[in-house]
Amino acid sequence: MIAPRLLPTVLRQVFRHRTRTLLTAAGVAVAMFLFVTVQSLQQGVRAATEVTAADTTLIVYRENRFCPATSRLPERYAERIALVPGVVSVTPMKVVVNNCRASLDVVTFRGVPAEQVAPMAAKWRIVAGSLDDWHKRSDAALIGERMAERRRLRPGMSFDAAGVAVTIAGVIASGEPQDQNVAYVHLPFLQQAAATGAGLGVVTQFNVRVDDPARLRETAAMIDDLFRTDQDPTTTRPEKAFVAQVGSDVVEIVGFTRYLGWGCLAAVLALVANAIVLGVQDRVREHAVMQTLGFRGGLIARLIIAEGVVLGVLGGAAGTALAAAFLAWGRFSLSTEGLSIHVSPDLRTSAIGLAIAAGVGVVAGLVPALQAGRREIAQGFRAV
Amino acid sequence: MTVQPLIQCRGLTKSYRKGDTLITPLRSLDLDVAAGEFLALMGPSGSGKTTLLNLIAGIDSPTAGELRIGGQDIARLSRSRLADWRSDNVGYIFQLYNLVPVLTAYENVELPLLLHRLSRRERHARVAAALQLVGIADRHDHYPRQLSGGQEQRVAIARAIVTDPKIIVADEPTGDLDAESAAAIMDLLSRLCDELGKTLVMVTHDARCAARARRTLHLEKGQLIEPGRLESREAAA
Repeated sequence: MIAPRLLPTVLRQVFRHRTRTLLTAAGVAVAMFLFVTVQSLQQGVRAATEVTAADTTLIVYRENRFCPATSRLPERYAERIALVPGVVSVTPMKVVVNNCRASLDVVTFRGVPAEQVAPMAAKWRIVAGSLDDWHKRSDAALIGERMAERRRLRPGMSFDAAGVAVTIAGVIASGEPQDQNVAYVHLPFLQQAAATGAGLGVVTQFNVRVDDPARLRETAAMIDDLFRTDQDPTTTRPEKAFVAQVGSDVVEIVGFTRYLGWGCLAAVLALVANAIVLGVQDRVREHAVMQTLGFRGGLIARLIIAEGVVLGVLGGAAGTALAAAFLAWGRFSLSTEGLSIHVSPDLRTSAIGLAIAAGVGVVAGLVPALQAGRREIAQGFRAV
Repeated sequence: MTVQPLIQCRGLTKSYRKGDTLITPLRSLDLDVAAGEFLALMGPSGSGKTTLLNLIAGIDSPTAGELRIGGQDIARLSRSRLADWRSDNVGYIFQLYNLVPVLTAYENVELPLLLHRLSRRERHARVAAALQLVGIADRHDHYPRQLSGGQEQRVAIARAIVTDPKIIVADEPTGDLDAESAAAIMDLLSRLCDELGKTLVMVTHDARCAARARRTLHLEKGQLIEPGRLESREAAA
């Protein structure tokens, strides 16, 4: 856009009024902080709810139930589900949460049969403790990395939530959003310990893995057909569609926040445009002098736009870095009905935020730049 | 063989509208300025001398007539081509210096060079030489607010000559200076003509300054009223 040798001149102009520049950059930083945080929240929703072509997990839930406390299915369904063509494995799971509402600090217990933990552990990384320790104790829990960090829990420590007291055997790291904020415990232990449970033999859901992602919905329909006339009919969905359905309230709220994001960008535009307009009004004569020296109107306009970009990038970088640091520090998870949506900083969102800040800087500088570039030299000298 | 003048004005007219009134600060003016000449333009306020200076400098366009500089009719150049032409051919010295306040003396002088494809080393050599020539090299890192009026004007002169233009135009270059500083600036401008062979067109109200020029022309109501040719600077002194 401009030759690098002109950049020092642009920077000098940007910092000509330091207080004005710092206030503008601070405003942009706050707006971009909010924008990146909202975008990260949206990204978390997408990661948790968008079904991808490689997904192979189905969730079997009690029909017309949307809360772990009310979804009760006979554990024996597992044997019949396992016979459905295309099903690779079935994991009966008891889910207990300490808070059914949407919250940033929900503890979700997932009770699973001991013999089914090994295949699940294949996609985990044990970052502390061990799987052996989990097998040794009936009240043992393998907890997700996010929960461990948020609650400062380590192997060997005990904690209780929702009336369930467990001892931590290990901390797991997983790429799956739903594994990062849970405590995996022994199924019989949870069935008996949970105050809201219906005792042994009853689970909340079945996690079913299929061999062909393309047949995910077809297999789901076959499972639901199997129990259509039973006392406890089921609804089976791909895991991420299940999260989207069960957490629809949260998903809707998060969807609404996108307007907050657009509002932030409008604030950035107004702030930078205001600073640029003030700066250009101060320098009408100076631009006339530069044109006299041989600067073309187009170059003057590009220099002004570059000032907008610098302001946008300056504030944008600060806001984006702050948001990334804040989200990394907070390890936030928005949970509802035992399902988690993680709000993590990611490089792509930060890069997009920065690019948008620069783009907004261009737009903000456009009108004053064009006015300055088109102004006749004599008119510029007369203006002051 | 006749030597072609560097600046050639034929029937040069400038007019503009102010409300319902048509104002014509310059009327059908003919003027030749030879290369290396030091010309002073005098006249009362509103006589058209600054308008003429601005036309010669290419920062304004004539309404009618021909303005040839170095054989090129600059009245026919587009806005952007005219900007390029100014960058290569004209150095402008303002009465109020018009330095960029956030740039140092060095950076102000360097500013017009940023339009040229020169390496940093080449730019440095040219800026240093220009500052040396105007006798202000020791103040290269000072900002305009840290300089006296005379020093600011020296920096402005350095900025005007740093691209080695053929023509230097000066609009009352000593108008804002005390007598001592004004004399020093006039010495400097004379040197630009005598030693560097620059063509200098200067607008002034000061007869002492005009006396330093080789030729003085008087304008009134947009027309030249008297050739006012001086014998020579030495004779005038």
